[in-house]
Amino acid sequence: MRRVPPVFLCVLVVMWLLLNNTISLGHIVLGFVLSALLLLAAFRLRPLQPTMRRFPVLVRLFFDVLIDIIRSNIGVARVVLGLVGEREVHAGFIHIPIDMRDPHGFAVLAMIITATPGTIWVELTDDRTELTIHVLDLIDEQEWIDRIKGRYERPLMEVFE
Amino acid sequence: MTTFDYPLWASVPASILLVVGGLVTVIGSIGLLRLPSFFMRMHGPSMGNTLGTGCVLIASMILSSALLGRPVMHEILITVFIVTVSPVTAMILMRAAIYRTRVNEERRRRQEQLAQGEGSRASDG
Repeated sequence: MRRVPPVFLCVLVVMWLLLNNTISLGHIVLGFVLSALLLLAAFRLRPLQPTMRRFPVLVRLFFDVLIDIIRSNIGVARVVLGLVGEREVHAGFIHIPIDMRDPHGFAVLAMIITATPGTIWVELTDDRTELTIHVLDLIDEQEWIDRIKGRYERPLMEVFE
Repeated sequence: MTTFDYPLWASVPASILLVVGGLVTVIGSIGLLRLPSFFMRMHGPSMGNTLGTGCVLIASMILSSALLGRPVMHEILITVFIVTVSPVTAMILMRAAIYRTRVNEERRRRQEQLAQGEGSRASDG
């Protein structure tokens, strides 16, 4: 039996307590029992083992993404309402070379890119070396590549690899 | 119908958040209506999906906490589920759209070839 990282247990228990909107002792115990059973089953079904390290990086990434979501919401709102001045808005696809290999990292990256208005994940090549995204307001391609790689991919590689 | 007087510290930020969230969602929906291409239209609703829902959920958290007199947090789970699930639909829609574009281009090219072929045959005869 492989070791189940305790962080999964904690996340599931917190989820259970949030769902029931309580922090009574009974629910904490029940949550631990249910989560442990669920995790044992899930880890048998899924051979791929995620490794997660450096949680402070993850917290920082979370706040970075939050700021980016608010910022890009304003950006998309300006495009929709036509407040971008005289210049014409070009939407386009960007191909980004990816160094990350861990599938869990890709899952989180997909969430970040899709959750940020103005960018949408399009596809990843089968060998996981190139990611295509669609950008609503494309001005400088290199700037977007640097942003995705530096702001999102690097912290995710630190956490998951 | 029963009414409940919310304290000022809860009702003021909650109203602001509700108005902002509503505006953001409306702007996103206008984008869905007005932007010129399918790929651009994909970006509109994600505004309502993120900041729009976020504002409404925080407002809901503030109001229910004030109503019950204890912190109510389970709205966070809605955000978690939306954020984890939305990439799936986005990817499916995007890939379907790309497939459609490719098929249409292919069809157009084939028709052009066909037209050219008939043209050359006509000139031969």
